[in-house]
Amino acid sequence: MAAVTLSEVRKSYGQVPIIHGIDLAVNSGEFLVLVGPSGCGKSTLLRMIAGLEEITDGTIAIGDRIVNDLPASQRNLSMVFQSYALYPHMSVRKNLAFGLLNLKMPRQEIERRVAEAARILRIEELLERKPRQLSGGQKQRVAIGRAIVREPQLFLFDEPLSNLDAELRVQMRVELAGLYNRLGTTMIYVTHDQVEAMTMATRIVVLNRGRIEQVGTPYELYNAPANLFVATFIGSPKMNVLAGTAAGGKAEIKGLGTLPLPDAIRSDGAISIGVRPEQVVIGGAGDLRIEGTISLVEYLGSEVFLYVRVASGETLLVQAPGQSQYKIHDPITLGVSSKEAHYFDGDGLRLG
Amino acid sequence: MSEATITPAMLSTAEVARAYREAKAKRAKRAGLLKHVFLIVTSLIMIYPLLWMLASSLKPDNQIFGDLGLWPREFQWQNYWAGWNALPVSFTRFFWNSTVVTVLSVIGNVISCSFAAYAFARLEFSGKTIWFALMMMTLMIPYHVVLIPQYLLFLNLGWVDTYLPLIVPRFLAGDAFFIFLMIQFFRQLPRELDEAAMIDGCSPFKIYWAIIMPLSLPAMATAAIFSFIWTWEDFLGPLVYLNNIEDYTVPLALRSFISSDGVSQYGPMFAMSILSILPILLFFIIFQRLIIRGIAMSGLK
Repeated sequence: MAAVTLSEVRKSYGQVPIIHGIDLAVNSGEFLVLVGPSGCGKSTLLRMIAGLEEITDGTIAIGDRIVNDLPASQRNLSMVFQSYALYPHMSVRKNLAFGLLNLKMPRQEIERRVAEAARILRIEELLERKPRQLSGGQKQRVAIGRAIVREPQLFLFDEPLSNLDAELRVQMRVELAGLYNRLGTTMIYVTHDQVEAMTMATRIVVLNRGRIEQVGTPYELYNAPANLFVATFIGSPKMNVLAGTAAGGKAEIKGLGTLPLPDAIRSDGAISIGVRPEQVVIGGAGDLRIEGTISLVEYLGSEVFLYVRVASGETLLVQAPGQSQYKIHDPITLGVSSKEAHYFDGDGLRLG
Repeated sequence: MSEATITPAMLSTAEVARAYREAKAKRAKRAGLLKHVFLIVTSLIMIYPLLWMLASSLKPDNQIFGDLGLWPREFQWQNYWAGWNALPVSFTRFFWNSTVVTVLSVIGNVISCSFAAYAFARLEFSGKTIWFALMMMTLMIPYHVVLIPQYLLFLNLGWVDTYLPLIVPRFLAGDAFFIFLMIQFFRQLPRELDEAAMIDGCSPFKIYWAIIMPLSLPAMATAAIFSFIWTWEDFLGPLVYLNNIEDYTVPLALRSFISSDGVSQYGPMFAMSILSILPILLFFIIFQRLIIRGIAMSGLK
């Protein structure tokens, strides 16, 4: 188990900066998830920690060792790749043992570790098979097995579940979480899937365009997003954002009316008001009453999502109970409570 | 029509449809027959020279050019025995010489070209693009253009009348065609394999040796097959560099059957020609399996 510290880490390809000076402290034994849209630099950052990508500037330390110039193999870490990257010409057993053989580990110890990993991941009966004879989920298990036999101080995962179908992804998510609880090793996990991030992480790092937008627990990110980007990126379906103008403790929302601002929000000028779909009240109770028409109904069984077109021309997303019977084109009255909403200034930064 | 009954009109429609189907099947059969006849005739034309050579290797000299048939009136098996020992040096020696030159050339080509290809496909080094362009440009230079400068070079090195000019260049990744073939193959292998191997503690050489090379058997086998064929049947190289009959390779030895005084032993020559193509056939049969096995190894994801 080791802590990882990134200080002012930068990466440029030629003149194009990709990572703009990242400072990040990963605690020992933490399950840290790097999440962000495509091209935000999350995989690059992970690969820099792994030693597969050179850093342009800054330092990366694993434990108390600065690893900038250490090759990947000497950083005492394991990585699980999106495509699994199993060696196709080797049996599962050889895939698991390959790294240990390179470390010139005694044969008995290799056998012990391979057997232990196979037992943990329930792949004992697959040991003599070649990767092409495995299903997607089995390949993923072997890839994880290859990572755990090394007994590293740090695990890196690069979108490991992306190639699996939805059902298997949920199953592997649970297994990975179980593995983390069992091993307790520091894990850094890259994903673009925020459900994976929310369900597995001790802490989440939200990245956007090579910068950290926010670091926090899933609870903090959901309930107190630091800016509009995090607010709209975390949470599925997305948070509704209403643009308005604040003055004298009230926000005037164009075409919809006035919302009194909570005492903590002391700001004048442009303001964005974020309301999550489950925070919109059907029936109109609250500080702002909005009339609208349902333009789409998405029935999910346990809940229903309503797309409501309101007077300002915007569409608000509203969560309703699964038993409710709404139909497209029905008129509907919505309510927003000022206490429950999130507020962001003209630059998109959180207020209050 | 509210009820499902078969009317005479419907019956005749069904008959017309059946007749149409039958006519169509007949036409397809006729077209298939024509196609096969065409292909068989063309194949026979293509293979005729080879069969003629085989037949001639079993005919007496006086029948070879007078009779274009493929079945000898009498089988002269002794052509093979006579051919083997017709020259001052036995063919055992020539086959051995050819085998030494060819096997070493194949090994040299496969190892050195795959090293060069690995460097171009996977490693970073300064001037890579320029080196690559230079390498590709050598593809466009005909062998005959470099023959004389190369001869002078090897003459100065004192290598003429040895096998070194035929073998050493093969160990120096001199064949851009094979390098290019392998680069294209290596590029198809996912880089994540290299990266996984790096984390597993492999040096660039170990990545090549333990991961890239075993996965590139189809490309290696293709290079080996072509290298074998081209070296085995190379006439010009040995002609230029080898003067001593003891050192001759099989193609040079075959040429020795045609003497300048016009007295040639065609039967034995054809017999030896037939024997000279057997190693190529054998090598191809062995290595083409590797190509097929290599293809079956794909399916990484």
